Amino acid sequence: MLSNFSRHSFVRVGKSSALAKSTRSFAAATQVAVREAINAAIDEEMERDESVFILGEEVAQYQGAYKVTKGLYEKYGDKRVIDTPITEMGFTGLAIGAAYKDLRPIVEFMTMNFSMQAMDQVINSAAKQYYMSAGDLACPIVFRGPNGFSAGTAAQHSQCFGAWYSSVPGLKVVSPYSSEDAKGLMKAAIRDPNPVVVLEHELMYGVSFPMSEEAMSKDFVIPIGQAKIEIAGSDVTLISFSKTVGLCLEAAEALKGEGISAEVINLRSLRPLDRKTIIASAKKTGRVVCVEQGWPQCGICSEIAAILMETDAFNYLDAPMERVTGADVPMPYAVDLENASLPQVEDVLAAVRRTTYRKLAA
Amino acid sequence: MRIPILSIHPIKVLRTPRHFSSKSASRASKNRSLSSARPLPQEEVESDWGTIHDYKQRAMIPYHPARLAPSIQERTSAAQEMTLSYAGTVPIPITSNLQLIQPEDDTPRGIWPVYRLMVSTHRRRPQNALRTLEQDGEIRDPAYDGINQPVLRPDVTTPDDVEDNLDQFRAFLAHAHPYQSDEIQKSGLLRASKYPYVDTNSNNTLLRAHRQIVRLRQMDDILLNAQRQGRISFYLTCRGEEAILMGAASALEVGDPVFAQYREQGVLMWRGFTLEQFTNQCFSNILDLGKGRQMPIHYGSRALNYHTVSSPLGTQLPHAVGAAYRLKLAGEPNVAVCFFGDGSTSTPDFHSALNFAATLNAPAIFLCRNNGYAISTPTSDQFAGDGVISRAPGYGMAGVRVDGNDIFAVHAAVREAKQYALSKNAPVLIEAMTYRQGHHSTSDDSSQYRSVDEVLTTTENHDPLNRLEAFLKKHDLLSEEDVEVMRKQERNDVVKAMEQAERRPPVPMRELFTDVYHDMPLHLQRQQAQLEAHVKKYPEKYA
Repeated sequence: MLSNFSRHSFVRVGKSSALAKSTRSFAAATQVAVREAINAAIDEEMERDESVFILGEEVAQYQGAYKVTKGLYEKYGDKRVIDTPITEMGFTGLAIGAAYKDLRPIVEFMTMNFSMQAMDQVINSAAKQYYMSAGDLACPIVFRGPNGFSAGTAAQHSQCFGAWYSSVPGLKVVSPYSSEDAKGLMKAAIRDPNPVVVLEHELMYGVSFPMSEEAMSKDFVIPIGQAKIEIAGSDVTLISFSKTVGLCLEAAEALKGEGISAEVINLRSLRPLDRKTIIASAKKTGRVVCVEQGWPQCGICSEIAAILMETDAFNYLDAPMERVTGADVPMPYAVDLENASLPQVEDVLAAVRRTTYRKLAA
Repeated sequence: MRIPILSIHPIKVLRTPRHFSSKSASRASKNRSLSSARPLPQEEVESDWGTIHDYKQRAMIPYHPARLAPSIQERTSAAQEMTLSYAGTVPIPITSNLQLIQPEDDTPRGIWPVYRLMVSTHRRRPQNALRTLEQDGEIRDPAYDGINQPVLRPDVTTPDDVEDNLDQFRAFLAHAHPYQSDEIQKSGLLRASKYPYVDTNSNNTLLRAHRQIVRLRQMDDILLNAQRQGRISFYLTCRGEEAILMGAASALEVGDPVFAQYREQGVLMWRGFTLEQFTNQCFSNILDLGKGRQMPIHYGSRALNYHTVSSPLGTQLPHAVGAAYRLKLAGEPNVAVCFFGDGSTSTPDFHSALNFAATLNAPAIFLCRNNGYAISTPTSDQFAGDGVISRAPGYGMAGVRVDGNDIFAVHAAVREAKQYALSKNAPVLIEAMTYRQGHHSTSDDSSQYRSVDEVLTTTENHDPLNRLEAFLKKHDLLSEEDVEVMRKQERNDVVKAMEQAERRPPVPMRELFTDVYHDMPLHLQRQQAQLEAHVKKYPEKYA
């Protein structure tokens, strides 16, 4: 029942402000772009703790490949903002070595696709080491970078690494959607003594969200492992993370018109998954549609399907869970092919309609 | 840096051109088939040292005494001393001058020379060798480098009670061998320690090094046999490389973090890891510091600043650079030391780490144990260039090649390297030439790819322990009976530790869930409680 095989070629949702809906109604809210929120988070943490430093390709004088580290080089100098040669394996290994010795590096990958070059270091030397060394070698490191699809960057620059990283014990994996998510999760990641992978999204960097007073403060930390219910609803649960949360929000808006009240969950954290929230919501609505950009086999949605099967949420389901995922192909380049490989609003709507029309004998 | 005596004593060069060309032809066959080789250059080159033929075939370091002066050529016995060749590699010219080739220096053209302080014993002599046995255990005669120096020799006898007074012995040696007096005086191996060592109960560093090598060898032998008997699942010996490990470890302090590959248990032993701790890790029992998480020989000790061994090859190199960077930022007088083998130099991590260390100015020492084989791959298949050390100037870092079976040479090189790294905040690459006497590991049978004869010959002629013992016996620091007693003692200690370790209970099952994260997450806490309840409910099944 995979809806990813039925595609409608719609114009893909871009940086439209329809997504930038505030889900919190605080009075004094400033519009902050996601990239500025991440920048603020890193800046504040570097100010707070001298052992935090950031390294990666183009982070220093170029101000960051996506300008996320803008201004940091001028403020902290080349001892704490380090431009590296083009060797992911090398600088990841170096950062891990520094982390073993109680520094707190932030490793920027230009895209998470390039983190595949350093996968051995991330998994074998960072994630597993605390366990393998029986507590001797802690690795308080943060790996961050844009994850998932972009606009016309084809297969080797569009892979989603959520599923791969979230399957590794020893790692924590977070994926923010809004500016608040980005700031709070980044600060939590830097303060966390475990290795954390932060999966950002390139197309979200420029999107602005309102940020509350509380979120603008220097100690605003979102605990890792907590999902957020963006919109509360009663008929169907839409679960997603990163950019596709925007897709779900749009779908929820459209479904309101059809009389279906959709609850949208922004996972925020892929490892540990907030199983409580997922199960509670599934029990409440009885119907679940999970949306992700990555490939369908062994993806995040597969894990959520397993949760719904293994726990007592199963008894509350009125319909099988539906997945809306990216197509099971390496990402093509041509615009129409690319659109056809990614989940669109229509696919989510179709999935929801299928789910909500399915009723067990009453 | 040592000022060569060469500037004061010019070498007299006697020429026999034909003799030269035949020598060079035999050395020319590196690993390329002669049929495809271009004819070698026969032009004459004028230099300060007279006319030199086939200069490309010999190491040419300006002002460097590693020159094959033809006056020595006539002595066939000396010809054996002139080159080093373990594992069937290209013959490498030997030098008695320790020179850390810095990036600003002229790089040796051709084969980099190898530094050696102590003469190699040749138990199994080739037929045309004329060397006499008195030369075993000696400090190397710089005359073989073409250096004429006044020889103050052999009426000078080793003073008595040297065992209790290592400093006196050191002074004597320096006096007896004036060319190497610098290295001898600076050597930490020939310096008594401030406090007595716990395991030998004496201040004598040199004898402790010897004893530790004996202990290490016994441990390797016995644990290897234990694996063959099925008592442990895996083991890996460092047989033949002990001089590198003890020589390097004795030049370092506990404050220097060590990033080992897997064949460096000697460094850990020198720092104080006990036989009990070694065997506990191999048997994964309740006292294992690693809580049963790792295969045997993957030791680690936070207290001794020895990073837990990680199986993937070469990954520890960038870690060492990161640690060195941190040491530099903190201003600590320590270097990060990284050990790896010849095979690991082909990994991408090697390139990244060395390039990084040089560009970031990280005080790291990269010590390559070139033991001739990477499992079954001989170094002739591993590199086409001159080993590992020739890459150092390519990365812009200092480097030196040493005889890895000579404990004094390795110690001197690491000592020099540490001083250089700290004073200039720059990395150093050391290539220690040695031979892997054992199999790669218990999962390997090396007779499949190398002849048993090669192993036996190299072991007999170039074993580091034999060389050290010859030196100690020659200078009356040790006798054969002492060595026998020591071997038996150490063997008993190892067997006792192993038997105790075998009998200890295994790691408790609750350790399955700890240390995945800093704080145990809820789901693992629940699973741990579930498992414990289950085991409690069916104790007879889990006894």
